Amino acid sequence: MEMSWKKYAYTFVITAVIFITAILASNYFSQKKMDEIKNIESRIAVDILASETQFSLLSELSCKEISSGLLSKELATLGDKLSYTEQNRGSDDAEVLNLKKYYSLLQIKDFILMQKIKDRCGSTQTNGGLSIMYFYSNKGDCSDCEREGFVLTKLREDYPELRVYSFDYNLDLSALQTLVSIYNIKKDLPAVLINDKIYYGFKSIDDIKNALPALKAIDAQKAKEVLLKSKQATSTKTN
Amino acid sequence: MHIVSESITYIFLFIALYIEVFFLITYFEFSEKKLKENSPTSNVGQIKFPSVSIIVPVWNEETTILKTIFSLLKLNYPKENISILIVDDGSTDRTWNVIQKFSRNKQIKLLRKENGGKYTALNYALEFVDSELVGCLDADSFVHPEALKRIVAQFEDSEMMAVTPSIKIFEPKGLLGLIQKAEYMFGIFLRKVFYYLNAIYITPGPFSIFRRSVFDKIGYYRHAHNTEDMEIAMRMQKNNMKIGNVHNAFVYTIAPTNIKTLYKQRLRWVYGFLKNAIDYRDMFFKPQYGNLGMVVLPAAGFSVLSTMYFFGAMVLSWAETLTTQISKILTVGFSWQGFNFDFFYVNTDILVFVSLIAVLGTFLIIATSRGLAEEKNKFGLDSLLFIIFYTFLAPLWMSRAIYNVIFTKETKWR
Repeated sequence: MEMSWKKYAYTFVITAVIFITAILASNYFSQKKMDEIKNIESRIAVDILASETQFSLLSELSCKEISSGLLSKELATLGDKLSYTEQNRGSDDAEVLNLKKYYSLLQIKDFILMQKIKDRCGSTQTNGGLSIMYFYSNKGDCSDCEREGFVLTKLREDYPELRVYSFDYNLDLSALQTLVSIYNIKKDLPAVLINDKIYYGFKSIDDIKNALPALKAIDAQKAKEVLLKSKQATSTKTN
Repeated sequence: MHIVSESITYIFLFIALYIEVFFLITYFEFSEKKLKENSPTSNVGQIKFPSVSIIVPVWNEETTILKTIFSLLKLNYPKENISILIVDDGSTDRTWNVIQKFSRNKQIKLLRKENGGKYTALNYALEFVDSELVGCLDADSFVHPEALKRIVAQFEDSEMMAVTPSIKIFEPKGLLGLIQKAEYMFGIFLRKVFYYLNAIYITPGPFSIFRRSVFDKIGYYRHAHNTEDMEIAMRMQKNNMKIGNVHNAFVYTIAPTNIKTLYKQRLRWVYGFLKNAIDYRDMFFKPQYGNLGMVVLPAAGFSVLSTMYFFGAMVLSWAETLTTQISKILTVGFSWQGFNFDFFYVNTDILVFVSLIAVLGTFLIIATSRGLAEEKNKFGLDSLLFIIFYTFLAPLWMSRAIYNVIFTKETKWR
């Protein structure tokens, strides 16, 4: 019977070319995404450096000049993009690991800066100094980490003024390990650090609101505003 | 484990793409050649009309048998050269009475026997056949008036031992009807490609025509796990007999209208394919069987395996997403933050690009097959439904067929 060895061979070549094109295209977009993360990181680094410099230049009397605008708003976006990339490329990817380390450093710097502003100028200048530090592990040894992640993401969505710093407990980064030893955080994850107090295990939205009453104050403020608006609306109608 | 499953996915995708590219190259390579061959100087007018017998095996087919026979009587072919043998395979309904209508028709011979299955009915009728060509038409199918003439023309080639038609769904209705319509058209393309590769391994029950001598040389039909039309073709291929195809010799068949009958029919087909493939396993990857042994049969086996694999992978991935979403809702309640498009979150994995190319190839096949089936448009609602739903339907019977093969459970006709 007829055989088409030649055709088998050039079909193989065509298929291989298609595959290689797909690999190249995928790599191209993947690299673009990595570049985007790097860009965000360098923008944040500049932001933090600018804030630190501004902070050093200003005297205590000038606390009014310091607004929350000083603190980089891109940290949350960066965190989301980094965790998406980590999911796709795997947590062992060298480039992802490097970006993650840099991200963790930026978070620590942001946290320190926020603390400094809070100490010198009081909590009003930093949106009440609302911050949560969250330690997780994605090595499969933390069954509640995913759920805790949902809770913190939801809180961050509901309260844009809340700064959530998330750290991979197992990340090989000396600054992070120093942070862990300063606060004496055990490997009983998930762990949440709120106002210098550590909470271990899964914490629901209500648990966190109890630990961070400022969130409840925001709720109350929002409720008041809603009530006021509805009152205004009814009075306009009656008039 | 992740690396293993990822590697399997890549290998499967590569093979699937290889097969698709191979079939498309084959189709366009040969259709170009055929176009050159079919120049106006070719001898269309000089077709001979050899004697043909058409066997119609019937079992409880009182509602469709008349339409089937009338379609045969309307064939544009010299009446003296065509005879019809209706074999009642022990019907328990009024089929025998219904076909008595033709008892005086000289073209038609009525035969009756005890129920023994389709292949026994065919073999019984073959004993009465002395024509040069012989074919079969299932009692749920009807032929296009020009079908026989077009098929017979291919027997001009003295090496041609059997010729297959193109099967279309008769008046497709509903979702299942439309999905099958597209599927059958896909089949028209594949059969054409297999013909070009000299690798047709099924001579479908509806209107495949054979030289009578085939049965003298290689024997009659066998039970063959209720897929005798596949087994006879495999046996012919094993004996180096050429099988042709005429894509515009249309036969219309009534498709199952509900999922239960469709499931039973397909279970029988896939089970029959797997069992026959096991019986003829010595043909796989053997260069002496040409493209059939090296590509077409392995590709058919691979399609069952890969459909199951990709379906399994898809179900697992959906289950994972669903579990995560449920866990999220249970933890923080339902929240919808609106849709914010960011290119960053568009999946740009290698798999996405390869799958996109594979889907484009599928679109090309669909458009080509619709051209072969003489449909007006290159794409239709049926094509869309086929692409969306077929991946979910096929695993239903494929998984059961694999189970039945492993635990040797025979399938039934109905």
